[in-house]
Amino acid sequence: MIKYLLKKEFKQIIRNPFLPKMIFMFPLMVLLVFPWAASYEIKNLNLSVIDSDHTPYSQRLTQTIVSSNYFRLTDISSDYNHALKSIENNKADIILQIPKNFEKSIINHENVKVMISPNAVNGMKAGVGMTYLASIIGEFNATLISELYPEMAKNSSSIIQIDSQYRFNKELNYQVFMVPALMVMILTLLCGFLPAVSIVFEKEIGTMEQMNVSPVPKIIFILGKLIPFWIIGFIAITIGFLVAWLDYGLIPVGHFLEIYVFVAVYIFAISGMGIVISNFAQTLQQAVFIVFFFMLLFIMLSGLYTPVDSMPNWAQWLAAFNPLKHLMIVMRSIYLKGSNFSQLAQELVALLGFAVAFNGLAVLSYRKSS
Amino acid sequence: MKQLFSFIRKEFHHIFRDKATVMILLMMPIIQIILFGFALSQEVKNTKVVVLSTTSDEATRRIINRIDASEYFDVVGTVHNSDEIDAAFRDGKAKLAMIFEDHFSENLKHTGKSHIQLIADATDPNAANSFMFYASNIISNYQQDISQPQSGGGMIVPEVKMLYNPQMLSAFNFVPGVLGMIMILICAMMTSIAIVREKEMGTMEILLVSPMKPMYTILSKISPYFVLSVINFATIMLLSVFVLKVPIAGSFISLLIVSLLYIFVALALGLLISTVTNSQLAAMMISGMGLMIPVMLLSGMIFPIENMPAFLRFISNFVPARWYIDAVKTIMIKGLGLGAVLKDVGVLLLMATVLVTISLKKFKVRLE
Repeated sequence: MIKYLLKKEFKQIIRNPFLPKMIFMFPLMVLLVFPWAASYEIKNLNLSVIDSDHTPYSQRLTQTIVSSNYFRLTDISSDYNHALKSIENNKADIILQIPKNFEKSIINHENVKVMISPNAVNGMKAGVGMTYLASIIGEFNATLISELYPEMAKNSSSIIQIDSQYRFNKELNYQVFMVPALMVMILTLLCGFLPAVSIVFEKEIGTMEQMNVSPVPKIIFILGKLIPFWIIGFIAITIGFLVAWLDYGLIPVGHFLEIYVFVAVYIFAISGMGIVISNFAQTLQQAVFIVFFFMLLFIMLSGLYTPVDSMPNWAQWLAAFNPLKHLMIVMRSIYLKGSNFSQLAQELVALLGFAVAFNGLAVLSYRKSS
Repeated sequence: MKQLFSFIRKEFHHIFRDKATVMILLMMPIIQIILFGFALSQEVKNTKVVVLSTTSDEATRRIINRIDASEYFDVVGTVHNSDEIDAAFRDGKAKLAMIFEDHFSENLKHTGKSHIQLIADATDPNAANSFMFYASNIISNYQQDISQPQSGGGMIVPEVKMLYNPQMLSAFNFVPGVLGMIMILICAMMTSIAIVREKEMGTMEILLVSPMKPMYTILSKISPYFVLSVINFATIMLLSVFVLKVPIAGSFISLLIVSLLYIFVALALGLLISTVTNSQLAAMMISGMGLMIPVMLLSGMIFPIENMPAFLRFISNFVPARWYIDAVKTIMIKGLGLGAVLKDVGVLLLMATVLVTISLKKFKVRLE
């Protein structure tokens, strides 16, 4: 019996004007465009300098900062209002104010204050800009002192040398981090939305009624809806792998087998959720809206935009109930670190739990009579 | 006029009878703001650290203590060799490994130099950069503390003054973003689906053959969503000011004007979508994929536009949310007036005019 149901589903999908195109285009578009947009890297901070000293030291400081390549000098002026205008016009992100007697104070053993004023509307940018600037100034300071008092510099300090090594993503490439996460998002949208929508649509146009009076058992019917979306999910993710390889040169360090197994469990879970929602919704608008609401929530709490580890405890606890979060960890780990089943056991158990729970709920809550 | 009002009442009934949707429509901004405000943070905190140290001496213990005491780190255990570090990374047990040189304190005392190796799991490159920086800072602070103070003086002391957002709250960034997204969701997506539903059900035909002017039909469809958007706007503002403590530095009237303009643009978008599609599914897909995703990505709400490559920046100019978010940030956070956002207002006005004109032209008064 299920054979016929599947045949019907596939025919409907292929005949649908939108669906086949979307299955191919959506992963392509998302993976080709998103990683370029989704970047938190801070580059090209625009700096406005207020130099009230006009001495070789103050000019050297400005030079040193500019040659660090983190900052772009937008203007040098002598008064605060001018610099503030640059910030108001969004031409500058950060102001550095070098006071009068800058050089004189340093040579005369006196401490001197410089004022750093970042535009803190974007807190992260301000934080990063401020720390970069402070550290460049610190290095400049040390250089000056070792020039002026060479013996002093040698004797006084203990130096702890720090050796930094970056593993798994040596070039610190942000795209490499985003691509596996985006695959999770694509899977979720395709396999979460579509099953929900397809069932409610049938409810609305009335063909569900015909299905309900047939002797098809509930489980067979739901399986008949799930299996096509499984296959769609696999196709979509395979396209994703191809794009990742061809466009970003990204090949998973781990094995494809592991990825496909996790993906299979995940699709099962998330389409189960879609079906549960569609069992409770009466109209298409409702179903779309509810699914959308959950998707948004899940995406925000999944670690796509911001790390889950940075969230407060209650939010991390909530995120544990989010299937996306688990798959996100799995994808990134297998792709970039080559983790295997035993290392990801916790996530596998979680996803299996979701799959059983959602699908169980889907079968139980499906009512043949309203 | 009376006709119009009875139709508006009808539309309100339609919507409010669907309690589930209304609940979600009103709850969604609240939940989003709470999540964004309290849960999402771009700061890298609670990074788990493992330590490899063959000698447990004073300096190592002090440094490890400082790292553990910092809110940015959590020392979770010790490892004994490089394989264990690898396993810890792959397990997700830790993201940073600190390796102290043998005889760390001794070397520091006798030769004045010693080594620490920091190995980072760079899967998330931004986080890796951040926590490496924090760790290096903590270590160099320790280094400064134990070094003899330089009697040379002449230190350059940076003093920091944050402009506009003294506590570096990330709320300032996303409150305008959430506003932008909710409005588009309600006004564009819901409106278009509602109008198309009538077409699909066939009741649009009845409306069109009635003596009721088509313009009134459109107006009556739009009004409940307009009201819902304004309610959501008020909710978000109240939440921002009283819960997130994000003050409105500029004039509230300017904010209201700009928001109303944006709602108008979003409604016009919904209208346009409804005139080009005939099925609810299509309307949903176009507004869902075609609007929500660009708004989330390209409007500057989450990812800064300056970081994007040129062609994406070009596309983002066509996303109305981008201009709205820009204007709200300027008014709410920088406290400037309407004069400073003339460009944003101008673009939004232009978009509204174009969209409304096209929609009206395309609105079919007859069924083909």
